[in-house]
Amino acid sequence: MKLAYWMYAGPAHIGTLRIASSFKNVHAIMHAPLGDDYFNVMRSMLERERDFTPVTASIVDRNVLARGSQEKVVDNITRKDAEEHPDLIILTPTCTSSILQEDLQNFCDRAQLEARGDIMLADVNHYRVNELQAADRTLHQVIQYYIEKARKKGEMLEGKTEKPSVNIIGISTLGFHNNHDCTELKRLMADLGIEINEILPEGASVHNLKNLPRAWFNLVPYRELGMMAANYLQAEFGMPYVDITPMGVVETARCIRAIQKILNENGVDVNYEDYINEQTLYVSQAAWFSRSIDCQNLTGKKAVVYGDNTHAAAITKILSREMGIHVVWAGTYCKYDADWFREQVSEYCDEVLITDDHTQVGDAIARVEPAAIFGTQMERHVGKRLDIPCGVISAPIHIQNFPIGYKPFVGYEGTNQIVDLIYNSFTLGMEDHLLEIFGGHDTKEVVTKALTADTDMNWTKDAKAELNKVPGFVRGKVKRNTEKFARDRGITEITIEVMYAAKEAVGA
Amino acid sequence: MTLADTQPQALNFECETGNYHTFCPISCVAWLYQKIEDSFFLVIGTKTCGYFLQNAMGVMIFAEPRYAMAELEEGDISAQLNDYEELKRLCLQIKRDRNPSVIVWIGTCTTEIIKMDLEGMAPKLEAEIGIPIVVARANGLDYAFTQGEDTVLAAMVNRCPDKAPVAETEKEERNAISKLLNFGRKQEEVKAEESEYVNHPPLVLFGSLPDPVVTQLTLELKKQKIKVSGWLPAKRYTELPVIEEGYYVAGVNPFLSRTATTFMRRRKCKLIGAPFPIGPDGTRAWIEKICSVFGTEPSGLAEREAQIWESLEDYVKLIRGKSVFFMGDNLLEISLARFLIRCGMTCPEIGIPYMDKRYQAAELALLEKTCQEMGAPLPTIVEKPDNYNQIQRIKELQPDLVITGMAHANPLEARGINTKWSVEFTFAQIHGFTNARDILELVTRPLRRNNNLKDLGWDKLVKEEAKV
Ligand code: SF4
Ligand code: SF4
Repeated sequence: MKLAYWMYAGPAHIGTLRIASSFKNVHAIMHAPLGDDYFNVMRSMLERERDFTPVTASIVDRNVLARGSQEKVVDNITRKDAEEHPDLIILTPTCTSSILQEDLQNFCDRAQLEARGDIMLADVNHYRVNELQAADRTLHQVIQYYIEKARKKGEMLEGKTEKPSVNIIGISTLGFHNNHDCTELKRLMADLGIEINEILPEGASVHNLKNLPRAWFNLVPYRELGMMAANYLQAEFGMPYVDITPMGVVETARCIRAIQKILNENGVDVNYEDYINEQTLYVSQAAWFSRSIDCQNLTGKKAVVYGDNTHAAAITKILSREMGIHVVWAGTYCKYDADWFREQVSEYCDEVLITDDHTQVGDAIARVEPAAIFGTQMERHVGKRLDIPCGVISAPIHIQNFPIGYKPFVGYEGTNQIVDLIYNSFTLGMEDHLLEIFGGHDTKEVVTKALTADTDMNWTKDAKAELNKVPGFVRGKVKRNTEKFARDRGITEITIEVMYAAKEAVGA
Repeated sequence: MTLADTQPQALNFECETGNYHTFCPISCVAWLYQKIEDSFFLVIGTKTCGYFLQNAMGVMIFAEPRYAMAELEEGDISAQLNDYEELKRLCLQIKRDRNPSVIVWIGTCTTEIIKMDLEGMAPKLEAEIGIPIVVARANGLDYAFTQGEDTVLAAMVNRCPDKAPVAETEKEERNAISKLLNFGRKQEEVKAEESEYVNHPPLVLFGSLPDPVVTQLTLELKKQKIKVSGWLPAKRYTELPVIEEGYYVAGVNPFLSRTATTFMRRRKCKLIGAPFPIGPDGTRAWIEKICSVFGTEPSGLAEREAQIWESLEDYVKLIRGKSVFFMGDNLLEISLARFLIRCGMTCPEIGIPYMDKRYQAAELALLEKTCQEMGAPLPTIVEKPDNYNQIQRIKELQPDLVITGMAHANPLEARGINTKWSVEFTFAQIHGFTNARDILELVTRPLRRNNNLKDLGWDKLVKEEAKV
């Protein structure tokens, strides 16, 4: 058992459902108790989806527990098959229902006898993996299933497309700015004269999966989703892939050069250097902006970065290489893929933090007191409490990550967006402060310099009352400084006298 | 549906597949931890439970959280770890960090499935760490959404002290509400006022309501010379109301049937079965019923109700003659439908997760009576609805408003159906005379919004843009 207040990555079934509902005409049946079908709410509310989310919960209740769930699950699958004629129905348990250890494959086989569409059990260990790993695995599973099916039927198309083409793998529903990233990648490919063969899984049809090998290469923009599929396609068909996230001017150029290399190896003579040059110098404002007077003030400022592998690594590189900002530490919650992260960022920051425990992240922030944080919604709130501005650069997703306006993170427009985000995070610190003075935000004070509440400080009643007279926006700071003052001198009880002594000593 | 032409004589109850969307009952933690200020809620479950709480409760977790997940890991499920020791470790940590007056263990589906003996462990651990531990099994196998509150309150009924403290002063200390109402007045005046109450056995109200609403309802009863001795839950766990055998209890929420039963069976209390104080009609009926039990004649109630209706007229006229469809989510559906029918709406279907016909008997009777008086067809009440089937019926019926869970709102709107989230009624202040306007404020919002948009007009929008 562990005490948990916050999770950076969701449970496994969320990953599976994200894949299933990204595809066109695929339905998911979630074998779970009543309260587990929160996914539909997220999709409907965050993505503002106009369509009913193609996920049906096959409810496990007392009755089902007593009688066994086979009949109900099979009924729900065949019913959905008849009602909506999906091409594929994916069955998934949740970590709760997987404890029942039922033979769900058998349920699928039974349902398949009656169903017109394909039925598949998501092959995921719900206790061992999280949302991201499950999504990666499910996408791989679906692709493999349809390629094998086409092979068996002899429906695979031979050869490559006439013009250079790409599969973009990893765009999915409820992904962090995925929609806008996808548009930007399409533009980038068009600029490079590369056709889009397929985009996966968002909006894809399972019938087209057999066409995947016709593309010249695969592009996997996010480390978290698509690597298993790309590796599978490479092993089966020798398809090369590019897994460099085109985020920031340097990495975007690197990604384009990797694409250029693949095309050249396949007998097409392309040279993108002029394009890269033109984009970097004139289209993207990022490079100029970092050299402009506005950004002088940022030089040498301290920042910390935390998020999923893709975004934390990319932002660390941008801060350090492109803007001259000192990244004290960079961290990720993708513990399962920590080696990759270390390799990517170690030369750009002093320290690497691998954890999915938000209190550790909070403490690490409090310890270094950076000028800005680049993290998730959680770090944004930690920043609020410590009075440090924070730019949100990574999932877990939040309604704010589904903006109406165009806000990609990748490609050359992405470089502009990111520079804005970084610059504003540093400078808006002050304005945010004003907001708090006027009571716009909660002003929960911090107990110690670390965020965890292991304080041993006693405040007398009078001292507490005195503290409450201090205006809200500086109260946290006064409290912190007073406690630090007391601790340094071995004082365990804070009286009004101690408070004023501290004030005189450190100007608290 | 042929309901409108056949006009059945009695309410029609149906039961569907139960493939419907609602929130998990553990979400009650979201409002109960705020209501009971010295509590800590520990939800013992899986990542799925935690993820739900985190997303459903959004930013609340960032403010000094007084709830947490005890996340069960593989070792817990396979019983390799000792549950008792694990829980003890976590509860000691909570004691050290937050020092609450009570820790409420919220069981989940997982603790049910692996048959973790929470009730067995709690008393032992409670004695060991010196903090009361209340166990509520608010899991999604047995309950829906708001019923979570029911499991917690039912568990707390057993913890209410059974004797009023002897010293008179202490008693007044304990009764936070009377203190609140008498705030700033001299003892003698308070004493004098005590005698203004009619002589009746103590009355305890149950149901978690925001503090202002607690005060409002307490005052409404005071106007009728009826004294509320306490509320379950109180603002603090240490102020749980005294319950003695023979006390009267009355619920304010329609989803508290277990709490009601526990009062009656375990504490030998008498339940006042009344419609719920939602809408001016319901509030009046609720007060009247309590008065009648205590043998006092209500005064000025009819005038009060009429006055409220008059003040609501600007909203009522927007919905009169329109139809509303409840998909079913929070068990407030019958009371809300009854009120809206009284406003002149019609209601073809009331979906509801669970229907306790005994606890809701008075409410159902009032619904029937309201339909007759308003000349409205009786709704079909669909327990454990099937959302897919409901959507087909909605397409056919084209109701003017659908009150629905969050998952279906945007898709229905995209199909030209006005919706309102049912969950808003769970969190808004809807009880009593004063708050009736808030219900209509919510109900009419989509209709008013659409009127505004209509006036704006799509064509105008496009043309004006073209000029620029
Ligand atoms: S339905 Fe059960 S498993 Fe799901 S969130 Fe609720 S308690 Fe947890
Ligand atoms: S007001 Fe409070 S809760 Fe809301 S965003 Fe600001 S800090 Fe977070």
